[in-house]
Amino acid sequence: MKDYHRPQLLFQIFILPLVVILSLTSALTAQEQPVIPADSIIHIPAPTSNVVAVDYVYDRGETVELTWNLSPDDTIGGRIDGYELTRIEQSTGKMDTLEVIPAGISYYKDDKLTHGHKYAYLIRSVYFGAKSSPVSSNIITPSIEIINWRLANLFAIAFILCGSVIYFIAHAKKGKKLFIRKIAGLEAIDEAIGRATEMGRPILFVPGINDMDDVQTIAGITLLSRVAKVVADYDIRINMPVSRSLVMTTARETIKEAYIGAGRPDAYNDDMVRYITDEQFGYVAAVDGIMVRDKPATCFYLGAFFAESLILAETGNSIGAIQIAGTAQPAQLPFFVAACDYTLIGEELFAASAYLSNEPKQLGSLKGQDVGKFVAMIAIVIGVLIATLAELTGSSSLENLSEFMNRLFTIVS
Amino acid sequence: MKRKIPVLITFVVGSVLILSVFFPPIETWGEDFSIFFDIIAVFAFFLGGGNLLRIHTKKAIKRQKDWGFSIVTVLGFIIMLIAGLFKVWNDGGIAGDVAAPGSLFQMMYNWIFTPLGATMYALLAFFVASASYRAFRAKNVGATILLVASFIILLGRTPLGTYVTGWIPKSLSIFNIPDLAIWIMTAPNLAGQRAIMIGIALGVVSMSLRLILGVERTYLGVDNE
Repeated sequence: MKDYHRPQLLFQIFILPLVVILSLTSALTAQEQPVIPADSIIHIPAPTSNVVAVDYVYDRGETVELTWNLSPDDTIGGRIDGYELTRIEQSTGKMDTLEVIPAGISYYKDDKLTHGHKYAYLIRSVYFGAKSSPVSSNIITPSIEIINWRLANLFAIAFILCGSVIYFIAHAKKGKKLFIRKIAGLEAIDEAIGRATEMGRPILFVPGINDMDDVQTIAGITLLSRVAKVVADYDIRINMPVSRSLVMTTARETIKEAYIGAGRPDAYNDDMVRYITDEQFGYVAAVDGIMVRDKPATCFYLGAFFAESLILAETGNSIGAIQIAGTAQPAQLPFFVAACDYTLIGEELFAASAYLSNEPKQLGSLKGQDVGKFVAMIAIVIGVLIATLAELTGSSSLENLSEFMNRLFTIVS
Repeated sequence: MKRKIPVLITFVVGSVLILSVFFPPIETWGEDFSIFFDIIAVFAFFLGGGNLLRIHTKKAIKRQKDWGFSIVTVLGFIIMLIAGLFKVWNDGGIAGDVAAPGSLFQMMYNWIFTPLGATMYALLAFFVASASYRAFRAKNVGATILLVASFIILLGRTPLGTYVTGWIPKSLSIFNIPDLAIWIMTAPNLAGQRAIMIGIALGVVSMSLRLILGVERTYLGVDNE
């Protein structure tokens, strides 16, 4: 009895589920394969219509925009895969198949053209390899424009900002006294360097992890110049590990000039600035190691920082260094604020050099910057008021005005 | 002359980069200047590598403090350089892709470099905890607001927030912690961030103009006039 039931039990436990699983798998696999409709072999999709090529304005004469009406077959679940685009250069007759635009799309931007040449386009509807008859566009010659009027609003804003900066620089040259608010982080620089002098320990200067093409790095280097002068005067050791070779050469020049200026060129040493690596966390590991081994009295973090900001600042905090940080990366500012003694927030980093120089011309540029802030504040208040009133009253003229304000401060590339 | 030429180059390049945004015919000039920068940066890389080797070799030879680390650095540099340059264990030979699977370079990158980088990154979790502990002490009104806001965000981003306040009706959704957390992030936090970003943008404009006009020259290692 027992032996009789064993094969049946085996079948129930193993074979039956196995068969079910295999059947389901093959069924699912079959679903994934494309199903070719029976009529696809003979069905030729209906062609598009109204193919229009227009010159893309405000460019270097290299772009044309193409639009067309969708094929009548281009409906949801309709019998069309896409539209095959062919470009014809009129002077040579050369034909280039561009790409197949998916169904439902009736726009293409061709930006691989040569200014002054004549082009036309052919569009064919495609469905499982079957193509409709081609529909031709008009002949178009992409033209070059001198001014990008699309950016007129940006130009106006830039003009006001730059104009006010230049005006106040010229104004300051005449000897007019300008009021600039105190920046605590910058006032503390001398105190921080003084602390290193008293303790006889080095200063660590970290200029961020970006290259010299980042304005934050340049701002950091301008501050290095001020720091290096005091360092040279008081004969303190400065250690500057960098993650970019160009920053290394620039920083060396800056420190060297500071030592020459202080009348102590012999005290300058190239090894004060040393290259570590371009790799973000490799650099962080090396700088952390330097901090823990050398225990600098003062740490400066001035430049572009990313995920490494808190790792550096917390390590500096753990060794008891006085820390001054400055960056224009908004996401990293909270970390520096939490872990450092002083933080230069965004614009303060850029203002630092001008502030410390105390030169009228440089201070004038800061005053010009304030005009920009004033304009921004006025625009925000007016914009918020108009948008709120438009929402409350439902007035179409206020909505249009709100839309205009929005467009005025939106940059279209 | 040593000072005038860099200032002149800065003026020309800076002006062209600004104008290329507004004038399509010179659009590519801006891109060309960026390529010049990349070329210069490539040459400067030799200086960087050379500096790294020189400093650490000197340290190891003179048996200065912590010279053992220098030996590891120099060996790491040389082995990685040889592996990449000569395509060691690369199936495609010397003409193959430097990052081909199975090559020594790729293996070292995947199995040594990446885990080490990830280890450093992972330290961030502990540093965030220690920094938060200090930052969120309710010493004054500002710090207390920060503490409360962070507590709401923390609760709002975890299932506990939904569990505790999920029963609150839709009409009072502002008291629902996840919704309150979203509001803090999208209203006061975003407004503050935008204010900082506007300030940064204006600061960049002002700084760039000082550089282009030659008012700011300290980056050249010289005093302004």
